[in-house]
Order: sequence, then structure tokens, then C-alpha cells
Amino acid sequence: MVELALPKNSQVGEGKIWPKPEGASNTREFKVYRWSPDDDANPQVDTYSVDLDDCGPMVLDALIKIKNEIDPTLTFRRSCREGICGSCAMNIDGTNTLACTRGIDEVDGDVRIYPLPHMPVVKDLVPDLSQFYAQHRSIEPWLKTETPEPRTEWKQSHQDREKLDGLYECILCACCSTSCPSYWWNGDRYLGPAILLQAYRWLIDSRDEATGERLDNLEDPFRLYRCHTIMNCSKACPKSLNPAKAIAEIKKMMVERRV
Amino acid sequence: MANSPMKERPLSPHLSIYKPMLTMMMSIVHRITGAGLYFGMALFVWWLFAAAHSQGYFDFVQGFIGSWFGRLVLLGFTWALIHHALGGLRHLLWDTGRGFDLVKIEWLARANIAASVALTLLIWIAAYVAR
Repeated sequence: MVELALPKNSQVGEGKIWPKPEGASNTREFKVYRWSPDDDANPQVDTYSVDLDDCGPMVLDALIKIKNEIDPTLTFRRSCREGICGSCAMNIDGTNTLACTRGIDEVDGDVRIYPLPHMPVVKDLVPDLSQFYAQHRSIEPWLKTETPEPRTEWKQSHQDREKLDGLYECILCACCSTSCPSYWWNGDRYLGPAILLQAYRWLIDSRDEATGERLDNLEDPFRLYRCHTIMNCSKACPKSLNPAKAIAEIKKMMVERRV
Repeated sequence: MANSPMKERPLSPHLSIYKPMLTMMMSIVHRITGAGLYFGMALFVWWLFAAAHSQGYFDFVQGFIGSWFGRLVLLGFTWALIHHALGGLRHLLWDTGRGFDLVKIEWLARANIAASVALTLLIWIAAYVAR
């Protein structure tokens, strides 16, 4: 349901302004969303000054520096620091992206950092992705076959393998799904761009034999058709994939199987 | 963890913090113009109804529509109609699986705005010239 305003317990207040580092000439302000389950306070935005002359180039480097040197309570997910694990997905400078691949110099002015939008917050920049993962499970993201298993691997032509390019690279970081207004309003029933791209990845796989069943599962006014080609997903994807196009291809398959 | 009482989690900010995207704005404008067309159609039906009703009532409605305010509404209606129709063409293109790369979606959005304004002006200029 469309609810433009945040619930009372989610409204964001002004937070702490942390002191500037002494003797630093090249500082940048990072305005970071904070919320802790350990007290009854509403979320707030804290301001940290980071000495860029003594910091790595990426937004994640700055977050790690803040956690190490300024405020150890700052909480965020990170792992690979090279854009392949998807852990550090967050909203930076108004768009969803990975903190490890977004350069600080790509942001003008203060660096505003929020958790992925319209998600329950576990703490600070850590959103609860349980529903997202449950939705992923619901599309049964594995090879489904009827024919007896071959003695070697399931074979695929080069052309058929190429159809998976632009799909298999998805790291399930949830940047696209949580950028989508349709997912914001109907995330309980609409699968969202990431999961639909994954669904298409299995629909288009020449080795998969459950295409009809998979399409049946998506043939629903909410699960698939809440996509209104708003395009935030394709613009947000840190891997430069195109979920909007994948969804359009599923819609095409729905039509093609009827004619 | 499944059974432990959980504090109600806040919802992270969304619309208020997301950077406005042209395509996102176009999507909402497509909806608003679509809703506006209902109103425009009601106006059109009102005019037809008046014509079928009586000379006096038709003159009254004609007078309202011909006033500066009525013309302003009609100008808005013309633009909404054309903008929404062109938006529909964009959707038709997307339904064929084309026009999805990032350069094209931006170009299509801009072309939609430019063409809707240009066509609206053209129609109004033509209408005034033909009068």
C-alpha cells in the first residue's frame, strides 16, 4: 500500500555531530543514519568528519575508518570490498549502490548514507532481508529437470549459454529491489526486480525443464505485474545489469505462450 | 531467535531520501495525467450533454469553456492527453523488450516531454489560426 510518510517510530531526527579530526585540512562530512535496538530513541543522522588525506578512496573505506577511529558502535555489513558479495549495499547520495565500489569523489558535498530504502532496520545500516530471501526461495532458483540425469554434465550450446549473460552476474545485493517504488508499496506481494531477474535467469536456461510451471507461478497481478517500468532498478544496479529488461522478457514469455 | 520478543524495527526512509530520477518522475506524471484524463473526459461529456440539452445551456457551457479559465483547463487537458498517449507508446515499445538500455530510457523520457509540449503548442497554434 502506498504510504508516503514514515511510521512514527521511524521518523529520523538530528543526531550527534562528532568533532572534526585535529590537524586535518581535507575533510569530508559523512551524514550517516543511526538506529539502535538497545534504547527507545528514534533513528537519527550522525555527522562524522573524515580526513580524506588518510582514507581509502571508497565510501566503504570511510565507513571502516569511522568505525575504527571515531565511533566503534557504527554498524554495517561488509565483506569482499570488491563488489562481488553484495553485503555493503546501502543508499549513498540518494541512490542504492555498494559502498565498496562507490568512490567518495563521485559524491558532491556531504556524503549522505542510509540503509536500503523501505526495509525494516536491524541496526544502523543493516536492513532485515529475510523477506527478500524468502521471495528468492519462492521462485525455486535451481535447475529443475524431468529427463534422466546425463552421465556427465548438462550440456548447453554457446548460444544458449550466452542467454545467461547479464543475469548470472546478479549478486542479490537488493539495491534494485529496494530502489523500486512499486516494491516499496507492495513488497509483501510483488517479487521485485532482483527476484524477477533471477526468475528469468532460470526461465531462459536451456537446460531447465520447468519453464511452464515457473511461468504459472509468476502469472499473478502482484508477483510479476506490479512492475510499471519505473526503471529505478536498472539505474541502481551496481553490476550494470538490467532487471527492467529481464522483467519485460518475462512479460513477453507470458504473451508468447498464449498465442 | 524465532521466539524471542523483538523490538519493533523502524522502516528505513525511502521517498524522502531517494534522488529524484527522470524516469521515476515520468512514471508518476503518467499516472497523474491518466487520472487527469478522467476529469477531461467528464468535461467533454458535459459539453456534449449541454449541446443535446438546449441552446441556453449550451451557450452557458460554451461560455465557461471559452473563458480564460476554461481555456487554461483545455490547454492542460490537451497536454495531459498527448503526454499520456506518448507515454503509452513508450510502454508499447518496452512491451516488445526494446528501449531498455540506460541511454535510451533517458532519451525516451526527454523526447516524451519535448514532444508533448511541442505538439500541444502546435495544436493550439493551429486551432487559433483556423478560427
